[in-house]
Amino acid sequence: MTARVARVTGLSLWLVITLFPLYWVVVTSFKSPGSINRWPLEYWPSEFSFGNYTELFATSAFGTFIGNSLVVALVAGATATLIALLSAYVLARFEFRGKGAVLGAFLLTQMIPAFIALGPLYAMLADLGLVDTKPGLGLVYVAMCIPFSTVMLRGFFENMPDALEEAAMIDGCSRLGALFRVLVPVMAPGIAAAFIFNFVNCWNELFLSVVLMNSDANKTIPAALNGFISTFNIAWGPMSAAAVLTVLPTMVLFALASRWIVEGLTAGSVKE
Amino acid sequence: MSATAVRPPRAPAPRGPVRRRTFGRRQALTILGFFAPAIVFVCWFTYWPMLQGAQMAFRDWNLWDLTSTPWVGLGNFATILADPVFPVVAGNTLVWVVGSIVPQLVIGFLVALALWRRFRFRGLYQALIFYPWAVSGFLVGMLFRWMFNAEFGVVNDLLMKAGAIDAPLPWLADPKLAMVAVIVANVWYGVTFFAIMILAALQSVPEEVLEAAAIDGAGTVRRLFSIVVPYIWTTLALTVLLRAIWTFNSPEIIYAMTNGGPAGRTHIITTWMIEYTQQGSYGLASAIGLAVMVVLFVFCAFYLMAMRRVNQR
Repeated sequence: MTARVARVTGLSLWLVITLFPLYWVVVTSFKSPGSINRWPLEYWPSEFSFGNYTELFATSAFGTFIGNSLVVALVAGATATLIALLSAYVLARFEFRGKGAVLGAFLLTQMIPAFIALGPLYAMLADLGLVDTKPGLGLVYVAMCIPFSTVMLRGFFENMPDALEEAAMIDGCSRLGALFRVLVPVMAPGIAAAFIFNFVNCWNELFLSVVLMNSDANKTIPAALNGFISTFNIAWGPMSAAAVLTVLPTMVLFALASRWIVEGLTAGSVKE
Repeated sequence: MSATAVRPPRAPAPRGPVRRRTFGRRQALTILGFFAPAIVFVCWFTYWPMLQGAQMAFRDWNLWDLTSTPWVGLGNFATILADPVFPVVAGNTLVWVVGSIVPQLVIGFLVALALWRRFRFRGLYQALIFYPWAVSGFLVGMLFRWMFNAEFGVVNDLLMKAGAIDAPLPWLADPKLAMVAVIVANVWYGVTFFAIMILAALQSVPEEVLEAAAIDGAGTVRRLFSIVVPYIWTTLALTVLLRAIWTFNSPEIIYAMTNGGPAGRTHIITTWMIEYTQQGSYGLASAIGLAVMVVLFVFCAFYLMAMRRVNQR
């Protein structure tokens, strides 16, 4: 009985701690501008207001930033998922020399501090005329997403029986045809999870976005959020509104796909 | 990255129960073709810029004078090691990584254990505690910076209501408290990852064994450490490794909360690197970055070797 009480108490406590920052930023975003910096603190807005949201959109091109983030994260996330699908398939289905080296090279990308590559990356994109463009940022994001989603998708492939695509290939499908007509439909939830993971990573990425995107027409959300802390007096009201709008889409996506993301991560990490 | 080094057309040695195909030229081409896009992207946009950045580490490379970027050998590394800030930053980094990982592991483990047995709202609970993962480190830093605000922060208010403190504390401006605040934010951020990974691993622990042990009189703690932990050991170790790499390498939370301040008391190795970059000292920043990679690589190698040795025992 005591164990049960301890369990319920512990879980409730952690739930409150986990949800509190979200609750607090939402409440802050709906407070009227004057009431944010006032004692006693209000745990519920005394006057409910959209003022911070209207100010956010009036003082910045936040609508454009959301649109830019959406385009870059959707296209780069989908491209990376497609490319990772191919390499994950090969890693799961074939034994070949250098396989360990490839996996090692993918793991190594996780250890590269973003800042060491930033300057050269900027110069490279400048040569291509792609600095401050969505395609430029998108290309870098595709490369950023490939290693992790490859490992994740490989786990899903390894749970699929070989017989599936073998049967299709005996029936005259090419390997690529077998992959896309037979395996992909069966693996759809796992692929969706990998895509969502990539989308969220692109949506959240900070330093590349700050350095590579500088015009209001092309900036993505993180570059804009960074603007908030660059000033001496942080405008916490509009900042909270921006935070809520930034977190909402990714939160919903993650909640929807949580089961598959978990499966993909654990399938990928338990092996090897 | 040697997909070109494909096994020649002879049968690979059979490995375990999994059936592997024999190889021909056709398969080699398939492997290469399927791999090509991934290799092109990762080499072009990750490894190539990284290598270029790495060679800057051996040059006097300053943004303010690009007309001369002479080779200086290991000079940049010497400059960094001699910098009086270096020992402080190294110590901070250690505190940051260990202070973040240990509570994350402990709390994550406890949450996973509590969620282990099915109950009615378990799915909902999991979905609710899942969301920190969808938030960027930078935004987590911003949320906590607001909550730890000295004047109007909710943390001070709650602590005063609870009677733990008498007056508001300047969390992010106080040299002693700032590190506590950034670690609290990071622990909050990382527990979900541990909980979810450990919970998934717990599903592999056979219940019969646990029941048998209970019948034989093994207590809860005994069962935990003699049965559960050995079963999920690999997942635990790999999760800690992955998380340690990310924590070591992710400056976002600190960047958003204190940017290394006050007076460098929360500077970790990667925020220090940001500072050099912002000053235009790319040579020094690259030297730090390269050192980070080498340290992480060596750490990983030793860690994985130690893991393998324990697994063989």
